[in-house]
Amino acid sequence: MDSILYFFIGFLIMSGIYSVFTVGLNIHWGQTGLFNIGIASFFLLGAYTAAIFSSPSPNLAKYEEYLWGGNFSQLTLLGVDIWFPIILLLSAFICILVAIPLAMVTIRLKEDYLALVTLGLAETLRIVFINETWLANGTRGMYSIPRPFDYINIGNYDYIYFVVVVITLIFVYFIAQKATNSPWGRVLRGIKDNETTMIASGKNVLKFKVEAFAFGAGIMGIGGALFTHGKRFIDPITFEPMLATFIIWSMLMVGGSGNNKGAIFGSFLMWGIWTFTQFLPGFLSDANLRFVFVGLIIILFQLYKPQGIIPAK
Amino acid sequence: MKKLDILLDNKILSLIIIVICLASFLKPWLLINGILIGSLYSLGSIGLSLIYGNLKFANMAHGDFMTLSSYIALTLMMFLFPNSENSTSVGPFTFKYELLMVMPLAVIIIGFMAVILDKLIFKKLRKLNATSAAIALCSLGLAVSIRGLIQFIWGTDSARFPRESKLFWDLPFRIKIPPDMFFCSVVAVIIAIIFYLVLFKTTLGKAIRATSDNPDLARITGINTDRIILYIWFIGGILAATAGILISVQQALITPVMGWKILIPLFAAVIVGGIGNPIGALIGGILIGITGELATGWINPSYKPAVYFFVLLIVLLLRPNGILGNKGRQF
Repeated sequence: MDSILYFFIGFLIMSGIYSVFTVGLNIHWGQTGLFNIGIASFFLLGAYTAAIFSSPSPNLAKYEEYLWGGNFSQLTLLGVDIWFPIILLLSAFICILVAIPLAMVTIRLKEDYLALVTLGLAETLRIVFINETWLANGTRGMYSIPRPFDYINIGNYDYIYFVVVVITLIFVYFIAQKATNSPWGRVLRGIKDNETTMIASGKNVLKFKVEAFAFGAGIMGIGGALFTHGKRFIDPITFEPMLATFIIWSMLMVGGSGNNKGAIFGSFLMWGIWTFTQFLPGFLSDANLRFVFVGLIIILFQLYKPQGIIPAK
Repeated sequence: MKKLDILLDNKILSLIIIVICLASFLKPWLLINGILIGSLYSLGSIGLSLIYGNLKFANMAHGDFMTLSSYIALTLMMFLFPNSENSTSVGPFTFKYELLMVMPLAVIIIGFMAVILDKLIFKKLRKLNATSAAIALCSLGLAVSIRGLIQFIWGTDSARFPRESKLFWDLPFRIKIPPDMFFCSVVAVIIAIIFYLVLFKTTLGKAIRATSDNPDLARITGINTDRIILYIWFIGGILAATAGILISVQQALITPVMGWKILIPLFAAVIVGGIGNPIGALIGGILIGITGELATGWINPSYKPAVYFFVLLIVLLLRPNGILGNKGRQF
């Protein structure tokens, strides 16, 4: 009975982490109409930033090749792990730092170009982290990454991390909701619906788009950091586009683009389908059929229900 | 001559060209390899450019059409010629005669598949007046589905066509060419010329160019634009499939992700040449091939995809309409 409960908690943790990404993608696609198919790049940046900064310096006896670990995990205040929120914000900051110049180059052009550039960035970053072993241990990956509130002992650590994920998700949702309902968010929706009108009413559309891209990328960076401290192991293969980009797109499509609640609902639903179809009998549990399913979900929802299950108001 | 002026106008672009010339002078064998690989990229990017220019969206499934064509050719070969593993290979090349027979068949299958997919998916999206990004998103979903299907049917391991190892051709200046690569490039150039003749010398080509330029006007003059779009998909599918099979012959390897990996250089080639400009895509493909190969002379070869990405970024920064200086509506 316990093992089923642990499995279920693990499932909820992953769904919660994916929800953060989906909320970030919702800022890009659902609110502003920015076509980002390189979620993996911000996922990777956030995850590696968290891993590198929180891990202690490498121990030569383990044949590790990376040179530098920030060892932020020693940073506590009155016994509370304040390093964790600092790491989350740092990951977001690094993603924003990369997103802004990228957006400045491409957003002034056709909307498809952003897709191509983000796609290329995801591949390039993955190759960099595979080849530059001094940076993050190459293909062997970073492991034993510190986790927050490790000293609280209640049997299964997953319960604590579940609470951490939920609190972070609520925080991210609150910020995204606040931004969506602000005048700034209204301008973004205006850009999505009719860009020309927005230009005519004197808005600097380019600036708003770059801001929206950076904001969404920052949220994705937080998601990456959450993933790292939950899994405690990352290597470049973790950031293959299937589980780091496509499935997040299908989550947003199912849940309803333009609606943060829908995005979170879609994450739980799609990750549930992804997780529980592995218990189907025979060939139905084949992982590759799930690929087909994710692709079909994106197409069918675009064709027949572009607003998703929970449409935006 | 006017096009040459445009090239010389742009100082940064001239600088890049000088760097390429200098690099190819230092390591000429890389230049030859680059031209040969680039001709394969060209074939893929011509089809991509045709669809991008006419239907106004980035077809992310183009790479997976290429992968699928290789697997279909492989299956046809196993099915129609079960003992092709032991048969003789063609002249100095590593592949067998049977491949030349199944290739047209596989290519036409992919052509029709592209047409059917248009009827099932993209036609409906056009009717819904979907934005170009939404259509591209659907093509992304299609790409994921096709890849999943390939991995489900043929497995995630790599495969290869039946082949026989052959010596490389040794030329002066340390140039070594695998005979296959030469064959593939020649076929690519022939197909590109045929495509050029179809586009610029036939009524169908004229209709395609008219539809691309102004669909409404084309419809008024009596061109059945829906039909033309099907032709565009058919030609695009054929070009993708040919490129896919040739690339897997040249690499002596078929993997489920090969089409996805090639998307970035293909799109870079399309944008370098100007979207919708077949000649531009041809030049762009060769330029991308040369840049990628020359870079391996100085940079770790595993960074080749990163080089393609930086070429894409630089082109978007300096010449987002392509180096030929058109507005992406050349034909």
